Amino acid sequence: MRMPVLRAASFERNSMAFTNEQLERYSRHIILKEIGPKGQKKLMKAKVLIIGAGGLGAPAALYLAAAGVGTIGIADADSVDLSNLQRQVIHSTADIGRPKVESARDSMLAINPEITVHTYHEYITSENISAIIRDYDFILDGTDNFPAKFLINDACVLEEKPFSHAGIIRFEGQLMTYVPGEGPCYRCVFKEPPPKDAVPTCREAGVVGAVAGVIGCLQAMEAVKYITGAGDLLTGRLLTYNALRSQFRTVPLPRDSHCAVCSYERTIHVPFDYELPTCDLK
Amino acid sequence: MTIVVAGERKEYADGLTVEELIEAEKVETPQYVTVTVNDTFLSNAERASRSLQEGDIVEFLYFMGGGTIPSLCASNDL
Repeated sequence: MRMPVLRAASFERNSMAFTNEQLERYSRHIILKEIGPKGQKKLMKAKVLIIGAGGLGAPAALYLAAAGVGTIGIADADSVDLSNLQRQVIHSTADIGRPKVESARDSMLAINPEITVHTYHEYITSENISAIIRDYDFILDGTDNFPAKFLINDACVLEEKPFSHAGIIRFEGQLMTYVPGEGPCYRCVFKEPPPKDAVPTCREAGVVGAVAGVIGCLQAMEAVKYITGAGDLLTGRLLTYNALRSQFRTVPLPRDSHCAVCSYERTIHVPFDYELPTCDLK
Repeated sequence: MTIVVAGERKEYADGLTVEELIEAEKVETPQYVTVTVNDTFLSNAERASRSLQEGDIVEFLYFMGGGTIPSLCASNDL
């Protein structure tokens, strides 16, 4: 039996209804024609996973929480350290020693108590990554080590999940977005992590906190665009930022037709862990 | 010849190979840098034999993890 037009319209109105508080909280989104009430509803229904509650994950988590992303997962096995606070703005001095995921959850809920935050106080490995990412619509890679970046890439490609890859160093940062079936993956660009003995000692190169903020916010923006459908994603493009030159560049990224994980010649069929080297510097 | 290197127009002698360009541009940790010429990946093995031509567009794509050089420091997040 066909639903009467009037009821269908009424249902549509009800499903689009916001509380007065939501209308006020999200008014600057709702007024944008590229987002509007429909886009805001999409954000409120969306599930985003942030892997790494550090320099990239911190600003991304804060902005996605503020944007009203309905469910945010945050994964990190670490605890807050004094040396983190120069750039990991989701944590405070009083949080030192607490698990980062708890500190991050509290900060997100303080901004927006309407959202749901799931915490994963554990290392992301080949054993657990597929099950964790499966529940999410979009994944943000906020990790700092290459084994983790390749693991996230491979798992997202195999699970057909879109994700934002990013990296930062010194005064520079870069990011790209993978969308299943559309663009190159991280492994198309970089075949393997550098070998652990490539550089004999592990020394700090440093990073400016605000660079992490810029790139983390751009990752959040990619998530917002993917969810709402607004604009063009960084798919098939690498956005680079050089803070000293005040310069952004977009570099085209081709697909690798022989890619080990995203091509028809795929040789990687399940996620696997690269050995994570140890470091004498924290 | 004029080529475009990482977005900047530069003058180099004809016949310059990609490997020579990498040296001239003082590319950091070149063995871990991905090179594209005219939006096509170039393997490390092709660098020495690939001569650049007028108008070629070369990009260097760097591993960028976190606040460490590409030596794989096992901290947890950025």
